[in-house]
Amino acid sequence: MESDIKSFPLPSSVAVIPGTEAAQAAYPYYTQFVPEDDERFWFYNSMHFPEPMHHFDMVTAEAAYCALGAFNTRVHILPTTKGIDHRIVNGRVYIGGVAVTDPAEIAERLELFQQRAFYYYENWERLYDQWKVKMKALIDEANDLPKVELPDIEPIETTHSGKGIASNHALLDTYRRQLDGYCRMWQYHFEFLLLGYGAYLTFFDFCKRAFPEISDQTISRMVAGMEAEIFRPDEEVRRLARRAVELGIHGVFEEGMTVDQVFARLDALGNSGAAWRDELETSRNPWFNVNVGDGFYHYHRSWNDDLSMPFSALPGYIAKLQAGEPIDRPVAQLIRERDQLVADYRDLLDSDADRATYDQLIALAHRVFPYVEGHKFYCEHWYTNLFFNKIREFGALLAGRGFFAEEADVFHLTHYELESAIVDLSLAWSSGSQPLGPQRWPAIVAERKAAIAAWSQHRVPPALGAVPDVIDDPAIVMLWGITRENLDSWLAEDGDENGRELKGFAASSGVVEGPARVVTSAAEIGTLRQGEILVCQVTNPSWAPIFQKIAAAVSDIGGSMSHMAIVAREYGLPAVVGTGSATQRIRTGQRIRVDGGRGIVTILDDEMVADHG
Amino acid sequence: MADAIAWFADLGISDRPIAGGKGASLGELTRAGIAVPPGFVVTTHAFDLFLAALEARAPVRARIETCDPDDLAAVTALSRDLRRRVVEEAMPAEIEDALLAAHHILYGERGAPVAVRSSATTEDAADASFAGLQDTFLWVIDAADLVARVRECWGSLYSVESITYRRRQSFPEAGVAMAVVVQQMVDARVAGVMFTRSPTTGDKSVVTIEGAWGLGSAVVSGEVTPDHWVLGKITGEISVREISDKHIEHCPLASGGIEERPVPDDRRRAACLDDATLQALREIGRRVERHYGAAQDIEWAVNREGEVLLLQSRPETIWSTRAAAPVAEPLANPLGHIMGVFGGRR
Repeated sequence: MESDIKSFPLPSSVAVIPGTEAAQAAYPYYTQFVPEDDERFWFYNSMHFPEPMHHFDMVTAEAAYCALGAFNTRVHILPTTKGIDHRIVNGRVYIGGVAVTDPAEIAERLELFQQRAFYYYENWERLYDQWKVKMKALIDEANDLPKVELPDIEPIETTHSGKGIASNHALLDTYRRQLDGYCRMWQYHFEFLLLGYGAYLTFFDFCKRAFPEISDQTISRMVAGMEAEIFRPDEEVRRLARRAVELGIHGVFEEGMTVDQVFARLDALGNSGAAWRDELETSRNPWFNVNVGDGFYHYHRSWNDDLSMPFSALPGYIAKLQAGEPIDRPVAQLIRERDQLVADYRDLLDSDADRATYDQLIALAHRVFPYVEGHKFYCEHWYTNLFFNKIREFGALLAGRGFFAEEADVFHLTHYELESAIVDLSLAWSSGSQPLGPQRWPAIVAERKAAIAAWSQHRVPPALGAVPDVIDDPAIVMLWGITRENLDSWLAEDGDENGRELKGFAASSGVVEGPARVVTSAAEIGTLRQGEILVCQVTNPSWAPIFQKIAAAVSDIGGSMSHMAIVAREYGLPAVVGTGSATQRIRTGQRIRVDGGRGIVTILDDEMVADHG
Repeated sequence: MADAIAWFADLGISDRPIAGGKGASLGELTRAGIAVPPGFVVTTHAFDLFLAALEARAPVRARIETCDPDDLAAVTALSRDLRRRVVEEAMPAEIEDALLAAHHILYGERGAPVAVRSSATTEDAADASFAGLQDTFLWVIDAADLVARVRECWGSLYSVESITYRRRQSFPEAGVAMAVVVQQMVDARVAGVMFTRSPTTGDKSVVTIEGAWGLGSAVVSGEVTPDHWVLGKITGEISVREISDKHIEHCPLASGGIEERPVPDDRRRAACLDDATLQALREIGRRVERHYGAAQDIEWAVNREGEVLLLQSRPETIWSTRAAAPVAEPLANPLGHIMGVFGGRR
């Protein structure tokens, strides 16, 4: 085939949007593109960072790539790849892999990798049990951090206990420990992840070779665990629905009510209402520490921060219970179906040798998958939620001292800048003078808010630099699903803005037509009505409870291996993920067709139907 | 004499020597409870009787066995002579009577046009893909016409292509005989083919279905680009849907035979099968495959009532005869396989 003359723009040719230069320059120097970066291939990590980055939220990229790279490069020693470099321009995170190409170095690394990775595989259960213990200890540490406050006068306890440390130092200490904990969480996150995906992908590759036309979804179904932590939040909502019926207070939960209205009705009920609220508290800790996104943005709040998501699911579950329909996940049946699927495909293999290999690989995939599915609850949800909420406490404190107007403005500072602001406040508190931050930060916050608004209107190239002949970086293939074919299709995209067809990953089979409901924040969850098609930016297992009331799901971001895809399949709900722009191109009320088997969403009409929200 | 006529229900796959490949397969399917349009086979006994009459006048087989397949002129002259003799030779009365009686039974009260198909004993054999070298006549209405078409099917054994093919394969002529399938014709709304093993990749886990409007002859002959689907054999998941522009369809003529008609615009780009029918086809494909214990290439039709009927099923011969390479070399330690992913060898 003739070589493709098309290529992506060079990093050096990407202009910073006029007016946002200062905001761009404020990102750490090591995240800025340099001239030598033109020699390398970069792609926009729209999977994890689909929106322009607040300066503080870049801490997630930094901590994650520090940990990912450390384990790939120096701990497990992957033979052909090291870590991932990241850069940011116009608020968008671009990443590039670091390949190992010298055969001698690969051979050397291969030997080390086998020693180390194989040790993990061989001791997987013990190490994963140990992982959960240390992860919970890390979460406990975060929970035990003192409340962020700076009293005018040190409490008398400091005197009586001979503590010898004043609140201003405790403040800085809390910030540093919280930041440290977040970085440690990301280290734990990558301790197993690549090895887990690697085992999964090995089975995946085997299936693709044995059954060249098998769908990704089918392989995912064969591997899926049925009792991962990530199903638990939804199960808690079902439990609460059942308790409401048992307590005879199910009438309280009506479609379209706000959380506060429900609480007011519960409180008016006296004991039974209080009993249900006790049950709610039991569920909330820890299971409602799931955020409505992927956990990479401070504004992806958790169920605990906003109960709209679980509450909007309660009326549907209660209605099913009263109609005598089962609402529990039929776990035993799901496991039986999965095992049957595994056995049926096994029967199609040609030889006993292949069946033996297949058995080995599916067994290994099943061993590692509890981590692959389970870690997200602990890392991206539970810990991340604690982390961002702690930073919000600093935001509230600093806003109270005039550093900026609102608590959430704190996320416009980088993590270095935030530390400097805390030091500023600490100095002023100790000296009894006024901090300088209130003169400095409001203008900067305004400038960065404007920059993010400008960046979010700006489409960015999916990749930068020369297209590599092959993408053989296992980390990039595993985590981002990026292949040479993807790149070619990105290059072929003709910017078909007015097209009625959106392509994404086929996440869950089935064809459904219906009215779209575009939901861009958790607060809008309550507007969803029975039978509507959910269109959202990021899909996430924490959206599972509302799957019972929607007809199909469409998202901007996500892969066919995502938890959301697994949950959608379990609900038998057609789903297309990773469309890139569904929330921008589809309007609430439009009729759309979702073909979950082909990964295609079609806009059927232009007419705007009255918004019942 | 052995029976000149055998009904599908009385035939099985082991009856290939008397019913030919197609006839034996339709009998086997009928017995297995698969919906097949009813019909019967004019057996090789009938052919043998007819051939004996021909041979009595002048040699037939001896001339074929001594002809040179590379001498096209000679083969053409031989073919022309033998086919003329087949058409001119009267059908033995006992065969014609049995044929017309069976046709009357098949016709029933309301009358039903039939398809007349050659069913050679060598046809559909796993080692000699003979399909397409013999004649098929569709929508035959008249009884006299039927008799002539059966004779033409016999005659197709002496086509230039057929003679050349047999000589090149060195089939002994004594073992070559022609049965003829006479089968109620399906007035197909949609028809096509189904492969229980992917024709493109050999994947056993998918069923490939192709179909177009009207009679299946338009698909089999390649005159129309059919709609194309790939279904998970086990899951039923429809992973590929390619709906094509089906510009023509084959339709029956009231006077007998078929004609090609343009497809009206509203149907050209419409999917010719719905999901429920695709799943019904998949189920039938699985049943037939299980019945034979081997992958099948199937011809099917959907009648005006929406019922799926099988017109033919033969063993898949391309992938099944290849030696299956192991998917992965077995390793004592499964972790070795992981290196395929981490070693960058993808």
